[in-house]
Amino acid sequence: MSDRTVFTGIGVVAPTGLGTEAHWEAVLAGKSGLDRISRFDTDGYPVKVGGEVSDFAVGDHLSSRISVQTDHWTHMGLVAADLALADAGVTPSEMDEYELAVITASSSGGTEFGQREIERLWSKGSDHVGVYQSVAWFYAATTGQISIRHGMRGPCGVVVSEQAGGLDAIAQARRALSETSQVVVTGGTDASLCPYGLVAQMSSGLLSTVDDPLRAYLPFDRNANGHVPGEGGAILIAERGESAAARGAQVYGELLGHAATFDPVPGSGRPPALKRAIEKALADARVAPQDIDVVFADAAGRPDADLAESAALAAVFGPHGVSVTAPKTLTGRLYGGGSSLDVATALLALRDGVIPPTVGVEDVDPRHRIDLVGDQPRELPLRRALVVARGYGGFNAAVVLGAAQRR
Amino acid sequence: MTRRRVVVTGVGVMAPGRAGAAAFWEMITQGRTATRRISLFDPQGLRSQIAAECDFRPARHGLTTDQVQRLDRAVLLALAAAREAVDSSGIDLDALPPEQVGVTMGSAVGCTTGLEEQYVALSDAGRRWLVDAVAPEFLYGHMVPSTIACEVAYQVGAEGPVNLISTGCTSGLDSVGHAVGLIAEGSAEVMVAGASDAPISPITMACFDAIKATSPDNDDPEHASRPFDLTRRGFVMGEGAAVFVLEEYERARARGAVILAEIAGFASRSNAFHMTGLKPDGREMAEAIRVALDRARLNPTDIDYINAHGSGTKQNDRHETAAFKASLGEHAYRTPVSSIKSMVGHSLGAIGSIEIAACVLALTNDVVPPTANLQVSDPQCDLDYVPLQARERKLDAVLTVGSGFGGFQSAMVLAGVS
Repeated sequence: MSDRTVFTGIGVVAPTGLGTEAHWEAVLAGKSGLDRISRFDTDGYPVKVGGEVSDFAVGDHLSSRISVQTDHWTHMGLVAADLALADAGVTPSEMDEYELAVITASSSGGTEFGQREIERLWSKGSDHVGVYQSVAWFYAATTGQISIRHGMRGPCGVVVSEQAGGLDAIAQARRALSETSQVVVTGGTDASLCPYGLVAQMSSGLLSTVDDPLRAYLPFDRNANGHVPGEGGAILIAERGESAAARGAQVYGELLGHAATFDPVPGSGRPPALKRAIEKALADARVAPQDIDVVFADAAGRPDADLAESAALAAVFGPHGVSVTAPKTLTGRLYGGGSSLDVATALLALRDGVIPPTVGVEDVDPRHRIDLVGDQPRELPLRRALVVARGYGGFNAAVVLGAAQRR
Repeated sequence: MTRRRVVVTGVGVMAPGRAGAAAFWEMITQGRTATRRISLFDPQGLRSQIAAECDFRPARHGLTTDQVQRLDRAVLLALAAAREAVDSSGIDLDALPPEQVGVTMGSAVGCTTGLEEQYVALSDAGRRWLVDAVAPEFLYGHMVPSTIACEVAYQVGAEGPVNLISTGCTSGLDSVGHAVGLIAEGSAEVMVAGASDAPISPITMACFDAIKATSPDNDDPEHASRPFDLTRRGFVMGEGAAVFVLEEYERARARGAVILAEIAGFASRSNAFHMTGLKPDGREMAEAIRVALDRARLNPTDIDYINAHGSGTKQNDRHETAAFKASLGEHAYRTPVSSIKSMVGHSLGAIGSIEIAACVLALTNDVVPPTANLQVSDPQCDLDYVPLQARERKLDAVLTVGSGFGGFQSAMVLAGVS
């Protein structure tokens, strides 16, 4: 019989805060992490608002030996992993090294580092490309560095499905736990708030060009006009239920189900596959729609994509049939880090019995037949949460989380 | 409990040299090499100016002008390999519910060649720091390597689980291992899985120059990739893709498919030691091999051939030689080991899948491909590396391994299906 997958640690590095409780307080208070981008001069760019982790100083957390060989995205992943492991009370050196796995999501790798080295190559010549480019830029850098930092010698994985990646990484973590792993460091971060990273994101046509940080990202609103890009994410410690119980660990919640689907080829006329992902995740968790108390929405922030999501939710849960929230209006979309952070936030919601607010959305488009939680938190006992994510190109993923069983 | 077995029913290969699985197999069993001076860009000024390149004409693989303009070379190679894999499997994907079909692709560096090309275009070759020009929409598709998996999914009409696995140089093993897991657990019935990389670009060549990982033998590219040879001087960059059609065994049998091989076992471990360095004892790779054998329910003595990582760096060749001895014991000395990277170079994340293709073809043909360019044996590498000449041998089970940056070590066992 397969064992349960529980979450015993959370590490958050996000625009809403550095550290899990700082993030959770900001989310419940509706304090936005969106602001004018300050990491570089956005003069000349149509996009000026981003979700930066403003209080993150890498030197406070990592030695210069590590920080020079890694990108900003990995810095945040390493710090989030440190926080998560400490939170879980896991001491890797006391465990079987082959039973410790690292499986993260990454959507765009070491963008800022890569931009700098490409710039050196083309402006100064190949002799100016640094020795760490080969290990900082590629998508596996964060997983590799976490595994080295903590002596984790089990399976290592990196899952890429843009914003859906965090959920798919957690599913991969569950597979590792069903095999030989006891503890998996999972979740993920992303960071591409640098000139070339922003240009590349802008090229998708999906970013908001509204200058007001509080009006730029308004999913499900009549004024929805794109999303705000952010940086950071969350690292989670997934653990076998019996391992967590044996060491008396705190448990935030449990992974009950997951499913991933892919949309039909554009122009095929076939229906999008998000609804099926939700239904399959519920089936995997062996629960019915009425067993779900809250949905953390993907919340693309574009009218067509928002409509597709609200239609899927209304089809599964009935019109206005379940509370829906989108705390990511406070952070922007963090890609692989974003769905990881949604899982972290959902686990905190389950722990405390409070649904976080969707801040800024004041004028919900009536075509969305969903019960969107407004700018105030909703307190009620929560048993199960559904987290939904979609990734650029057609990825859909959904996970069902359960509250920790009371001892 | 009976487990769902996963078999290979289709193979597509875009390896350096001529396109297609047949040309690939002919080349590597003849011991010919595809390494040459780089033609994809002007490599003047680089330490390593050589690579193994694909002779790739996208139009011959059904790819449109629009696709060639907007998609990175890694995507195009993947699409060509996927087409061959599906065609060769005889499967009618249109007759299947699309939600039962998934895609897992692997790639180490994704669409970074296209990302660099666009950077150069938008910044006037790095002369203007503020790259504020209006970029083409496909630039975002280059930024996210998942585009490789998306485009393959569009081509084959997959609506089940789709992912890209990016674990550096083990991506091509890990992606197929991931896909096998999805079929085994019942998340999909058919997976189109493999890997693709097109890293012969200025920035990627330059970043390996910086750590002197690639061979500087620019005067003799044909003989530059010399795994296990005492005179080796690093790996030679490659490119390419390999894609498979994977099916649940009973399903494949029921439709009368030609079953090429079973993916019998897979495991990955990490050395948690260094992003690029390897300890000489090979213990984590040995552990991955042991677990893969265990999952395949085979003994070390059942392995008839090892497809080595064999990148042609001194530390790798000694590391994995130690790993084979640690995991297979005395049987390691009786087992032929070869590196096809001697012929097709090291295409980073793609090579793991290209090497799986070599293993499938080895099993179906009962032939062990050789290690080309192996003239001077290294006393510290004392196994049978099948120098220069292919060898006929009855093969029932074979092992392929990968080792990569990040410290990742992966092993896969493939078995013939009678």
